Amino acid sequence: MRRLLLLALIALAGCAQQPPKDDQLYRDLGEQAGITRIVEGMLLNIAQDPRIVRHFENIDIVRLRDKLVEQLCVEVGGPCTYTGDSMEESHTGQHLTPSDFNALVENLQDAMDAEGVPTPAQNRLLARLAPMRAQVIDR
Amino acid sequence: MRSLFVLGSLFCGLWSAAALAAEGRLLATGGATSLEGAAGGGITPWAVLAGYGERGEWGADVFATRVETGDYRLDAGGVAVAYDNRVELSYARQRFDLGNLARGLNLPENSLSQDIFGLKVRLFGDLIYDRLPQVSLGLQHKRQKDFLIPSLVGAQRSEDSEGYLTASRLILGGAFGYNLLLNGGLRYSRANELGLLGFGGDRRDRHSVLKEGSVAVLLDRYWAVGVEYREKPDNLSFAGESDWADLFVGYFPNKNLALVLAYARLGEIATLDKQNGVYLSVQGSF
Repeated sequence: MRRLLLLALIALAGCAQQPPKDDQLYRDLGEQAGITRIVEGMLLNIAQDPRIVRHFENIDIVRLRDKLVEQLCVEVGGPCTYTGDSMEESHTGQHLTPSDFNALVENLQDAMDAEGVPTPAQNRLLARLAPMRAQVIDR
Repeated sequence: MRSLFVLGSLFCGLWSAAALAAEGRLLATGGATSLEGAAGGGITPWAVLAGYGERGEWGADVFATRVETGDYRLDAGGVAVAYDNRVELSYARQRFDLGNLARGLNLPENSLSQDIFGLKVRLFGDLIYDRLPQVSLGLQHKRQKDFLIPSLVGAQRSEDSEGYLTASRLILGGAFGYNLLLNGGLRYSRANELGLLGFGGDRRDRHSVLKEGSVAVLLDRYWAVGVEYREKPDNLSFAGESDWADLFVGYFPNKNLALVLAYARLGEIATLDKQNGVYLSVQGSF
């Protein structure tokens, strides 16, 4: 009985050290395939957005898509690794404004709407991305 | 009629200004227009500025609001202009139709009107992104235009200024995944029924510190539901003055239009109690 208790304690301690990753949001966004469609939808929206499209000219759009998918995947608790540059690095010299940032948010929201992502899942993703604004604008 | 014409020309002017105005802020973050002309909810202002202008951009609103309580009717309309997501200037005209009270008491006038000139400055913070909530300081100068009745019931002056400090924060996913808007403010005022019954009274002639606030849940990008509350002073002895509250639904189909429908509980106004009714507001943004 005491050994069982000890085993249970060790098992619990193991759990405490390695909590199961919360991937609820990852699943709500449709996992890898869903996130890829959202990112591609956003990039297509941006391509038609005169407010910010100029910031996406002369860049490797396929690489951008791949890194964005990785990044979103990591942010929402998915089984991915982000291999891109830091937010500061990738936005330096672009002099992005608060309006530019919001324009991107709107293109992302439209892409999520098109994918049928429920509002709470959309908001949870935006809440994860909002703190990055300071690393993106005015660089 | 003339004021309608003036509003009409302002409207046209704003349409042409719309070409210059960018729309850098997110949908619904310009709020609606409060009864006194400042951007916000219905009976209270928010810390946000009129329109959708971000840094270096212009924003503007025109609005028209009607409140029907059965015994009374309040109409309000006006304009607000903001620049740089920093400063807002507003003008509103209110007309309070005394309806049943005027007929019942054979009053010398059947309506009370006032002009409200407003200034609001964002002090610091941001509605969504900064570490701190958006905090704004507002000033309103009000001119009551039909002072006979207010003076007869004890109001001390027909013109006065008041200030308010207000903080607003949108918490992304803050209400079970839905965006939550919190707003709270303090007002320093001695206006009787917003100033429609003049300023200061026989019972009290000093400014009071008054609490106001609202909570709203955004069901999606376009729809908001919420409650508002506004404390009011009680300066006149001839009748009690009640705090105001309402339940509202706001619809923001795009960055040019906002509609607000509310059920307002206005309590006792100028001796008539239980003034509850419908509030409807239309706003154009540029």
